[in-house]
Amino acid sequence: MDFLQTLKIALRALRTNKMRSFLTMLGIIIGIASVIAMMAVGSGASYVISQQIASIGSNIILVIPGSTTSGGLRTGSGGAQTLTSDDVKAIMSECPSVELAAGTVRSSGQVVYGNMNWSTVIMGGTPELFEIREWGIANGRGITQQDVDGAIKVCLLGQTVADNLFGSADPVGNIVRIKKIPFTVIGVLERKGQSPQGTDQDDTIFVPLRTAQRNLVRSQRTNNVGALIVKAKSEELLTKAEEEINSLLNQRHRITGGKESDFSTRNLSEILAVAEQSSKAMSLLLGAVASISLIVGGIGIMNIMLVSVTERTREIGIRMAIGAKRNDILLQFMTEAVLLTMLGGLIGIVLGAGGAMVVSRMLEWPTLISFQSISIAFVFSGAVGIFFGFYPARKAAGLNPIDALRYE
Amino acid sequence: MSEVIALTDIRRVFTMGDQQFEALKGVSYSVSAGEFVAIMGASGSGKSTCMNILGCLDRPTSGQYLLDGLDVGTMDTNQLADIRNRKLGFVFQGFNLLTRTPAVENVELPLIYAGFHSRERREKALAAMQQVGLAGKENNHPSQLSGGQQQRVAIARALVNNPAVILADEPTGNLDSTTTAEIMSLFTTLNKQGITIIMVTHEHDVAAYAGRQITFRDGNIIGDTK
Repeated sequence: MDFLQTLKIALRALRTNKMRSFLTMLGIIIGIASVIAMMAVGSGASYVISQQIASIGSNIILVIPGSTTSGGLRTGSGGAQTLTSDDVKAIMSECPSVELAAGTVRSSGQVVYGNMNWSTVIMGGTPELFEIREWGIANGRGITQQDVDGAIKVCLLGQTVADNLFGSADPVGNIVRIKKIPFTVIGVLERKGQSPQGTDQDDTIFVPLRTAQRNLVRSQRTNNVGALIVKAKSEELLTKAEEEINSLLNQRHRITGGKESDFSTRNLSEILAVAEQSSKAMSLLLGAVASISLIVGGIGIMNIMLVSVTERTREIGIRMAIGAKRNDILLQFMTEAVLLTMLGGLIGIVLGAGGAMVVSRMLEWPTLISFQSISIAFVFSGAVGIFFGFYPARKAAGLNPIDALRYE
Repeated sequence: MSEVIALTDIRRVFTMGDQQFEALKGVSYSVSAGEFVAIMGASGSGKSTCMNILGCLDRPTSGQYLLDGLDVGTMDTNQLADIRNRKLGFVFQGFNLLTRTPAVENVELPLIYAGFHSRERREKALAAMQQVGLAGKENNHPSQLSGGQQQRVAIARALVNNPAVILADEPTGNLDSTTTAEIMSLFTTLNKQGITIIMVTHEHDVAAYAGRQITFRDGNIIGDTK
């Protein structure tokens, strides 16, 4: 018997019981729709996370000073001021896997413009910092090496700071007071958005590194920097660069043998991997929840197919008497089950994609519907039909034609 | 004339629990091509069991059954399905048509399993319907046809694949006397065209249409008259 004929018979059987076919399909429709919607929301979430991580910059290593002990109290990580601008220069010149390195100092304080004021993070940085973090200027100009060398009192505003102090006015050329010291605004940075940790990266003011070291940070030596940010030449060289930095700084800081380093390095790709893993775990979890509803739908299909086999016992008997082989009967009922689930799958895909779009509209949450998730859903719905259709179909094919013909 | 059916010492024993019941106790007879045979007997006489074996729906416990020269006893279920499809045509008491399926598609059914293409199927089915006098009723559903017409559809379905034998199991059991006469004269006409027919019935006047009557009682043949 040719497949087209089998398909025709199956379609006719489904059409005879339209309402029942639809209700049976409903389980699969809901299952597939939720799989599609969940996967869309999940991959939307991982897209957001990877965007945020990309916003920090790529192939980045952070070098953070260690803790110090003063009067029996240990400060936390970064409390010591063990790193200097000379360390930065040494890393740039002596580590072959490093492309760029920048020292930063971090402070916080009140920024005042006219009658407006705003408490924010003040970062001292060099031109390399913006290059490493791939952070462009929206308006005005950036910090130059001359600004750093001359310790000029200029500043770059993050978008959040600019919005809060200037509203819609253009801040460039105006004077703001940071910790009561006047700084000229030379530019505004592009909007960067949230960091993976959820902090607003635009709520920052940048000033030249040396300006910050001299005027904003209290320290013993003005050469000290807080954290270093280093860019490796490529992703493959990330680990190598980290090793080079470790051995160089240990050597420079005269740390040998079992002595504890006075700094630590952090590789952002590790953070990225963790974040990706957690978002993947979330997608998987959502997928698992949705698959349960698919299984429930599949059991519904099996149930109805069993009813259908019983109802059509006589038809099966007639077909067998007339020359249908057991395989023909098996195939016929399998086709019916798979047709049910695949139709349900198609409707579910449309509904799920629509649902995901509604979610992304209403909650302003990005959703991604990949071709992959659609094809997986479609194949899966077919597989559900095969799996749950097999038992009823085998039952039909195993009927004895004499009994089946006599069945009332 | 050549023998279409040859039964030799056919026994059929049913086992129910520890009880054994011998429905056929060594039946032997043969049917030649072109014969019209009526099998008669009271219920429980073994005639239906014999019919099931003739129809390759059941297998004898012992004995040999040659259908058109083929030893059916040694065949597996798939081969038997194939034999039913190519060598036999069934007509049942309850018509056994597929409801919600147009008459012509009911007639086509054996051809689907025989693997004919759709155009060839339709041609043969229309010819068979013509043969039983149902031209013009092709697209009617069984529920739109009278009992006699439904039985004609069933006969057309039995004829369509040119079987060696048509097996009719109480073909007039559900019909009134006028329609019975119509159906029986159709059988007679088909038989005159050379088609071998074996018919189970318990009505003597129906059996009288056949050229030969075989009578069963308690699993044995007690009469075979031509």
